[in-house]
Amino acid sequence: MATQLIDQFAKNLAADTQAAVYDGSKKGHEKRTKLLFDTYADPNRLRELAGEIKQHVIENLDTFLPAVEAKLQSNGVKVHWASSAEDACAAVLGIMQARGDKKIVKSKTMVSEEIELEHYLDKHGIETLETDLGEFIVQIDHDHPSHIVKPIIHKNRREIAKSFEREGLGAYNDDPETITRRARQFLRHKYLAADVALTGANFVSVESGRMVIVTNEGNSRFCLAGTKCHIALIGIEKLVPHDRDLGLLLNLLGRSATAQQLTVYTEFISGPKSAGQPDGPEEMHVVFVDNGRTDVLASECKEILRCIRCGACLNVCPVYRQASGHAYRSVYPGPVGAVLSPLLAGKKFPELADLPKASSLCGACNEVCPVNIPIPDLLLRLREKGKREGAKLAAAGTPPMGAWSLLASQPAAWKTALFGGKIINYLPTKWLPIPPLRAWEAKRTLPEWKGGEFRSWFRNRKVGAVAPNRPDRKPESKEGR
Amino acid sequence: MNSSREQILSRVNAALAPLAQRAALPDWDREMVILRQAQGLTDAWPLFAERMKAVNGTPLTSVAELVALLEKNNWKHGYCDPALWPSLAAAFPAGFTVETTYDRTRLDDYSFGITAAAGAIAETGTLVISDRGTSSRLGALAPWVHIVVLRRNQIYHDIPAAIAALPQDPNVIWITGPSKTADVEGILIEGVHGPGKQIALLVD
Repeated sequence: MATQLIDQFAKNLAADTQAAVYDGSKKGHEKRTKLLFDTYADPNRLRELAGEIKQHVIENLDTFLPAVEAKLQSNGVKVHWASSAEDACAAVLGIMQARGDKKIVKSKTMVSEEIELEHYLDKHGIETLETDLGEFIVQIDHDHPSHIVKPIIHKNRREIAKSFEREGLGAYNDDPETITRRARQFLRHKYLAADVALTGANFVSVESGRMVIVTNEGNSRFCLAGTKCHIALIGIEKLVPHDRDLGLLLNLLGRSATAQQLTVYTEFISGPKSAGQPDGPEEMHVVFVDNGRTDVLASECKEILRCIRCGACLNVCPVYRQASGHAYRSVYPGPVGAVLSPLLAGKKFPELADLPKASSLCGACNEVCPVNIPIPDLLLRLREKGKREGAKLAAAGTPPMGAWSLLASQPAAWKTALFGGKIINYLPTKWLPIPPLRAWEAKRTLPEWKGGEFRSWFRNRKVGAVAPNRPDRKPESKEGR
Repeated sequence: MNSSREQILSRVNAALAPLAQRAALPDWDREMVILRQAQGLTDAWPLFAERMKAVNGTPLTSVAELVALLEKNNWKHGYCDPALWPSLAAAFPAGFTVETTYDRTRLDDYSFGITAAAGAIAETGTLVISDRGTSSRLGALAPWVHIVVLRRNQIYHDIPAAIAALPQDPNVIWITGPSKTADVEGILIEGVHGPGKQIALLVD
């Protein structure tokens, strides 16, 4: 029986990486729990409400999308649409070429990772620089983020110090404060030299057309102070009906992501800079990106589109803690990724069909989710889909059940097997035919095989027979074999 | 581009068509998302100051305090909103260089920036600045120290109140403490791209 890919990743993970991911995610989860329950009477109701609001949004996208488009346009924002990753890349390139722009400073956007924008723009002679500290380190290392909110949770300071030394950012020094100061000094001049600020958005209010971006570091602010053009890549599911809903969602996002009441910088952006302002974009574009989302909307897993990318389900997940983010082989790791990545993969679903199985279905992800996504249910639906479509990876790690199902579907064969199984009581256990059972038995004593005992017990409880242990209750069964 | 728009909208329509009923928008009470401590305040400044300190911000109540703090740390060269400077200048002794135009080619010269508040939020210790009310986005962001000049009657009690009062402005920023990161091994470092010290100066 083949093991699951994710198990292989976990097994090959260096011990210190594993420890870093485990500690980082555990700490994040504990801080979140404390903050939520200390300050609110009913934090669970907040999650349910937020989930209901987001579910309302995704089930009304047909009216919300044209409405928000009109609002954005009336705010002076140019709106573009991209149904695929290629379209989204081409939209960004088109905007830049029309302006004659060459350099991008980028604040964190998961959509840009999804559509592999940097690679595309690079081929067209456009330079993209990540400005979030973690993402910057990922970029200079040609690595991939391993967590939605903490992209370098898998790296330690010594690796980072070596990368900085290699990139000419100063002699080896692994003090986190020094590392941060060096990045600060290097990046602040880059913002001013860039043409375009590329960002994502955490929410867009349909009512006002305000887009919300949250960061702790202030890099998105710097991007929007240094450059003359702002391009925002936004998944079509990021809408909220009204500004007031932001009061609830911002609250939950900060707490769930990093155990903060509010993220340090919460920016409400509704258009290009004001007339008297010397700094900032004179032109603003929004690109609404589908890239598989409408397929998710049509699927039986549409609830995953509620996700606000906080990373709380990663932090709490026992599988994520052991395997780290790269094991999920896609932009979105952890429980949310195990649902979203195979769905967004479209035709490539079979390549990620094992991810829905990377879960013990313990339900912790659902319990912490700020928008109450029933992740375990969605994982089960995707397991079914994998099975239905005969995806090979969906079967990896499943014990062979063929012989069992043959026996279980034929009563006579089953009875014979139960009786025949007694032979195991007389065989030396090292002859056990199933390797895991043999390994188990090496340290323990196998209980005596009593095949068929339940059946005879059951037979004795036929109507009229005396139930020995419960004289107070009449036997209910009318049938027995 | 236009074809993408039609394609997306028709796919959305097709996906939603089979739904017998759409999920309703829930009704909820704003009190639910307000911190217990922020309910029933008369003066919002004490709670604001307490919450701001809790996120490592620095609330001050006099210009003299501010000047002393800047002098102690040798932060002598700064930028100030030209509209605010006339009322503050008298408190700054000789030895300070304060410019009222921010020169972006000399980014590293300024150790502090003084700009005006558009509001504040007591329950979270948050400062609100707006694009129209801020003389220079860079002046409020690039220096190590950012001072926001705030009046008592500008403080909202809670987040829902601040959202309801969001100004008509292309860029409103809520600032909750100094710029920070925990990207390297989860260790908290302040002053990443934005200010390492965030000050609120109450002026009435």
